[in-house]
Amino acid sequence: MLCQRCHERQATVHLKKVVSGEETEYHLCEVCAMEQGDWIAKAMKAFDFNHLLSGLLNTDSSPGIPSQVQAPLRCDVCGMTYQQFTDVGRFGCPHCYKSFAPRLNALLRRIQSSTTHTGKVPNRAGEAVQRRRRLEQLRKQLNQAIAAERYEEAAHLRDQIRQLEQASGH
Amino acid sequence: MSLSDFMQQAMSRWMKGGGPQDDIILSSRIRIARNLQDLPFPILQTDVHAEQVISDVQNAMAHPDVQKLGTFEFARCREMSQLDRHVLVEKHLISKDLADQVRHGAVVLRNDEVMSIMINEEDHLRIQVIMPGFRLTEAWQLANAMDDALEGQLPYAFDDTLGYLTACPTNVGTGIRASVMMHLPGLVLSGQVNRMLSAVSQVGLTVRGLYGEGSEAAGNIFQVSNQVTLGESEEEIINNLSSVVQQLIDHERAARRALLQQNREVLEDRVCRSFGILAYARRMDSKESLQRLSDVRLGIDLGIIKGVSAGILQELTVMTQPAFLQKYYGQELGPSERDIRRATLIRERLRLDTEVR
Repeated sequence: MLCQRCHERQATVHLKKVVSGEETEYHLCEVCAMEQGDWIAKAMKAFDFNHLLSGLLNTDSSPGIPSQVQAPLRCDVCGMTYQQFTDVGRFGCPHCYKSFAPRLNALLRRIQSSTTHTGKVPNRAGEAVQRRRRLEQLRKQLNQAIAAERYEEAAHLRDQIRQLEQASGH
Repeated sequence: MSLSDFMQQAMSRWMKGGGPQDDIILSSRIRIARNLQDLPFPILQTDVHAEQVISDVQNAMAHPDVQKLGTFEFARCREMSQLDRHVLVEKHLISKDLADQVRHGAVVLRNDEVMSIMINEEDHLRIQVIMPGFRLTEAWQLANAMDDALEGQLPYAFDDTLGYLTACPTNVGTGIRASVMMHLPGLVLSGQVNRMLSAVSQVGLTVRGLYGEGSEAAGNIFQVSNQVTLGESEEEIINNLSSVVQQLIDHERAARRALLQQNREVLEDRVCRSFGILAYARRMDSKESLQRLSDVRLGIDLGIIKGVSAGILQELTVMTQPAFLQKYYGQELGPSERDIRRATLIRERLRLDTEVR
């Protein structure tokens, strides 16, 4: 069936509007349906991908029943709230993955096969990871050295840490 | 300009066909999503952020490591006409979403159009490689090489456990989407296609029509791609997809053989009838042309039609799309004018190969 408005594309949106008992049927393509008016767009939105996704994301509450009021989970870098994320199905910035971490695993288990990346690692990130681990180790040794009042060793460790930090641009 | 000159200029490498099993696999495509750390994803981008991404990518593109991967052209969406952007969509080089990102979007295109990079689409970068035939591994190697070259210059958003961070959680991890475009008339004609495709969706793959999400499978063309991006390596994802696709190819071949053995007259009639209509019709809507082209291509593959190049399916499937038609004829065309011009273009194209009897 062709769209009754543009007579060009296939009608994929079929809607029945009932106003005070009076029925009107619409057979439209997606483009015309979006242009046609607010109520159709709203009706379509209820079935689109993001909405289905946000249904998956908002797993705490049953459909139609608002979840318990709680402090909104918010990304401290871009300001996006978890609620906004579930509405659009998109994160605001890379940091959102950390900000929403408490609720992310359940979601990822649902849409992905696991929650741990096993594929390609960028060379640069590989170096960064190693540098970060080395730094953590040195700081720990530094604390131990200070606690044990081994100041000569501590000074040496401090220099090493500075050197590493400078190399990584901190 | 003559049609053959226009085609020389306007066709992407993948549209010219060739490559392993290209009687069934029209193209193989790899797309990887990457983002820059410390910048918001395009959904929250201001002009400043978008410019930052664009200039970072442009600088990275100038690096010798990138330059040795080919000759590239850069264009911002706002510098292109709407028609030109839609031609790129119809050639599968950019997405419709990018074409609509007039303000912030940009594209990098290798001169043979095998590789493209979408900038500021849903993610900061989407590297895409599209090749004719069944060549997922080769496509991945090229996309991977570009990724390595860019990574040397660009600080990617990467997490030790989650992998590459993407705007949508359905892409996180590897950020890879591998897909093949398949011509499956045998399975459709023998009524097996729905069963095959629902089986495919149960093993973690997605099936879509010619132009991706939401488009119908016109012309018996289907896109099969991976769904999961996290928890499997790129090679595993490509191998899984390849082995399922190989099975689909085998089933399609068997279905074609069976049709030829059991219903040769019916099949020959269908194919030749479609060829006749394409060769002589004066009006052709896009749906009918896709169906007829599919029939003719099947006829070519089965040796029923000789002297017509197999590439006409992918060539004309793209060239008879609305933006491409208007580009070729150099004017804006309404739907019914397009039907007339589409029929003309198809007739001309068939005459390039054969003397139509």
